[in-house]
Amino acid sequence: MQKTKTYLGVEIKRPRTAFFELSSCEGCQLQILNKEASLLNFLDLLDIVNFREAMSNGSNDYEIAFVEGSVTRADEEERLLKIRRQAKTLVALGSCACFGGVNQLKNRFHDLEWVKKEVYGDHSIETQEVRPLSDFIAVDLSIYGCPIKKEEVEEIVTNLVLGKSIDHPRYPVCMECTANGNICLFNLGEPCLGPITRAGCDAWCPNNRMGCWGCRGPADEANLSQLQEIMDSHGIPRQAMLDRLECFGGFTSAIKKMDE
Amino acid sequence: MLFKVFPRNELETLYDVLAGHHLVGPQARGKDQADQEIFAFDYIHSFAELRLDFTSTVHSLKRFLLPPREILSSFNLDNSGWEKHIDLGIYKPHVFFGLHPCDINALNKLDKVLTGPVYPDPFYTGKRKNMFIVGVNCSPQPWCFCKSMGTDTVLSGFDMFLTDMGDKYFVEIQSATAYDILMKLPIAQPTEGDHRRFVELMDERNSKFTCQVDNSDLTKILDLEFQSPVWKEWGKKCMSCGTCASVCPTCYCYGVKEYVDLDLTTATKQRQLYSCNLIDFAMVSGGHNFRPDSSSRLKYRYYHKHRGFQEAYEEALCVGCGRCGQACLSGITVPDVIDSVRRQEVPK
Ligand code: SF4
Ligand code: SF4
Ligand code: SF4
Ligand code: SF4
Ligand code: SF4
Repeated sequence: MQKTKTYLGVEIKRPRTAFFELSSCEGCQLQILNKEASLLNFLDLLDIVNFREAMSNGSNDYEIAFVEGSVTRADEEERLLKIRRQAKTLVALGSCACFGGVNQLKNRFHDLEWVKKEVYGDHSIETQEVRPLSDFIAVDLSIYGCPIKKEEVEEIVTNLVLGKSIDHPRYPVCMECTANGNICLFNLGEPCLGPITRAGCDAWCPNNRMGCWGCRGPADEANLSQLQEIMDSHGIPRQAMLDRLECFGGFTSAIKKMDE
Repeated sequence: MLFKVFPRNELETLYDVLAGHHLVGPQARGKDQADQEIFAFDYIHSFAELRLDFTSTVHSLKRFLLPPREILSSFNLDNSGWEKHIDLGIYKPHVFFGLHPCDINALNKLDKVLTGPVYPDPFYTGKRKNMFIVGVNCSPQPWCFCKSMGTDTVLSGFDMFLTDMGDKYFVEIQSATAYDILMKLPIAQPTEGDHRRFVELMDERNSKFTCQVDNSDLTKILDLEFQSPVWKEWGKKCMSCGTCASVCPTCYCYGVKEYVDLDLTTATKQRQLYSCNLIDFAMVSGGHNFRPDSSSRLKYRYYHKHRGFQEAYEEALCVGCGRCGQACLSGITVPDVIDSVRRQEVPK
């Protein structure tokens, strides 16, 4: 395959790219391989040298590293530091990498030993509190979502390869939801975190009549206390909102602030 | 204006004559929690779908004229340069069947900005000039304050306007096309009795308005109350979600962005409707934000609609449809906000 492509007559290097996973369901990497209609064009932008889910014989000579998953073991921490040393650009891929993701639900329990016993019984394993990549290393770019939205990844990767700036929407999901002409789920009696969650998924869940669970974390302005009042006035139990806020880890610090 | 009447059961004939075109009208979309029907403007495929008795729609018909996303130009790129294509989409005439006076007035307001002499918008203008509008009278809902905005009746901007008189429709005719189309129906001259009935019906409709806004001296009051603490209070409730502008039939702000396709050989320039309530609406290059807090952004929305636009065009950029207040999860409504500025008190 060619090492370069051209854009308006300018030579564009296909960056040597590697994909890695820490603790995760590998669903975000699977998303990378989805959307077959444009998959070949997508793969053609990158020179992929390491991708366990899609190829054998990975190489460790890469410029861009996409890291999926959160850190739950000491050896993952070590791997992450090694990846950081090699990669010019390190991308946190998906909500596990960005915020801890569904994994961090276990941090809710104060007694980790009890959790281990409950889940693994007598098969003792090493596991620690779940933490996002940014707790250990500098992250250059975050791609939010559980799972990530392939359309958004395509746009981000195109801009990355062309050296264009990458802007995430700063506004919440409601903006995309209303653009799609949806009827607000609160009118149908369903809770939704859309008003405080960062857009970019094209209101994936509300489009399918499911309230947002906040997988992309908070928008630049996230008025949690007002949303709490709205939930209260709709008779939605506080625990229902908290369950959603805690699910992916994006709102951890926002919840602390609200409690103060 | 020309007035005619036609028998009620001939409405379907009118529909059939127009149905050869893309036809958009109000249709039912299920029920809400309180068992109230929800309506939306959408493409109508059979007469039975058309619900001229609709209350109001959650979303305005803006998506047909100013879609949330619109491709302004597309590009073919190659090594020697690029070729630009523009598609105004004006080869698809649309019929809008069943617009209330507020919504037609909203189009008339948008026209002032988007078809005006200085910077006409060819995408909007193309669609606007290529539409046929059948207006229909409404029954005021508890959130409608169009009467306060002077937009409860409409004198222009449509082709024909229907009023349901029970056994017949009273029709106001504005265009020659509308007249030609009506010739296919057994239209008649309204009788003396029809005149009486029409006036009675209008009186009855007028008596049903319950929501209002006191607009007197509003531009001056807004000038005086620029620093009022009520804005801070509203700011605390606002979630900067943009829903109000999304559903508003008169909000027209947008941003433009370029997208290069994955194969690097095609690209588009797209506009995306935006809202002044969104956090980065007034953010400029370098990252400075002229309106970093929700209260200044919410205030701006009101200043644009009820002060700036009023001063420029001698009318407000609001038709009193009440959609923004109905859609705002925080319950922020135009009548409450304007009232709070007058009384310096925010309702709890
Ligand atoms: S359904 Fe959710 S995202 Fe959509 S408008 Fe309502 S609150 Fe916002
Ligand atoms: S709607 Fe919410 S939960 Fe669903 S994908 Fe988008 S951000 Fe995630
Ligand atoms: S006024 Fe209401 S709808 Fe508008 S941005 Fe604020 S919270 Fe959203
Ligand atoms: S500001 Fe609100 S009431 Fe006025 S036209 Fe817009 S949606 Fe309707
Ligand atoms: S109110 Fe805000 S979004 Fe609407 S037209 Fe004015 S500035 Fe634009």
